[in-house]
Amino acid sequence: MGFAQGPERMLRLKELFDIYLKFFKIGAVTFGGGYAMLPILRREIVEKEKWLSEEAVMDFYAISQSMPGIIAINVGSFIGYQRRKKLGAAAAALGVVSPCIIIITIIATCLSNFQDNVYVRHALSAVSVCVCALILDSIVAMWKKGVKDIFGMVVFAIMLVLMTFTETSPVLLVVLSAVCGIICKSLQERNKAKTEKGGNEK
Amino acid sequence: MIYLRLFFEFFKIGLFAVGGGMATLPFLQRLGESTGWFDNQLITDMVAISESTPGPIGINMATYVGYNVAGFWGGFAATMGEVLPCVMLVILFSKFLDKLSGNKYLDYAFYGMRPAVTGLIAAAAVSIMQVSILNTELFKQTGSIADLADPKKIIFFVLIYLAIKKFKKHPVAYIAVSAVAGLVFAF
Repeated sequence: MGFAQGPERMLRLKELFDIYLKFFKIGAVTFGGGYAMLPILRREIVEKEKWLSEEAVMDFYAISQSMPGIIAINVGSFIGYQRRKKLGAAAAALGVVSPCIIIITIIATCLSNFQDNVYVRHALSAVSVCVCALILDSIVAMWKKGVKDIFGMVVFAIMLVLMTFTETSPVLLVVLSAVCGIICKSLQERNKAKTEKGGNEK
Repeated sequence: MIYLRLFFEFFKIGLFAVGGGMATLPFLQRLGESTGWFDNQLITDMVAISESTPGPIGINMATYVGYNVAGFWGGFAATMGEVLPCVMLVILFSKFLDKLSGNKYLDYAFYGMRPAVTGLIAAAAVSIMQVSILNTELFKQTGSIADLADPKKIIFFVLIYLAIKKFKKHPVAYIAVSAVAGLVFAF
């Protein structure tokens, strides 16, 4: 692959650039990342470009939700990888983040110039109350999806307490909770298998 | 070297923040506490801006924090740091896709991580509310309940939350309404 020359190489570069542009466009029009991206992905990748089937996109979407990382970047990289392997994945990821870097830099520059303005402070002060309500709303949604039993409630409470009252790193807490999940669920499954077996013997 | 440090810190966040943009919140909050680079006030500004501009929330927040710590290249370094582990993991996962999807132990790990991440975000929310809605710092100094809670903010919080539940509009709508309310009622 590294030895490609002339027109073939140009074609490869163009293909990578197409991936970058496509995801630049998707990144620039997606409000709110992750979930909001799906309809736009379907239209651009499945219907317009026909790069992948709708099922494939949905599969990548499902996997991206259950792996570490930013969901939108993960989905984009999976699609890019399908097109042009590692470089394709990188091109897609860079495409999604480029508009963010541009837009956020502009807004942050403007904001830091007006931050001491009394009207801007009034507006931001109310917006920060609204932000708390929005975060509470996502916590409730995540609770409904992720906390299904006593085990979940206990883990939730322990993490809340550890994060609030100790200086423990969230990295460590996430790793520990993954280990806890594996051990507890394995034990649950084993117990279930045992009681089912016991029930059959009777 | 501030750029390398930013890159490394956000690399960790990209690697361990499981479950979407908001999941990076507790990491960012702890980062602000431990480095003194930014405070909770900046975090609420950050969430508001990230929710009301295009692009994934987790990425927007990384760019915003990085920019405020070390200018344009700070935002660039933080964003690239957060993206790199995602791309690496995807390349790795793409090779073992058949084995991974529906893997029992991956599911089990998430059985533990989902409630954990919810708890971590709740902790971050509590500490942000102490700044945005309650004024615990002033309360510690004066000890008077009137200084702890601004009734205007508490009423506004309840109203906005009920509106979010009822209308299910895009966050940017509530943020815009709040900004206007903040001007009109002089928050």
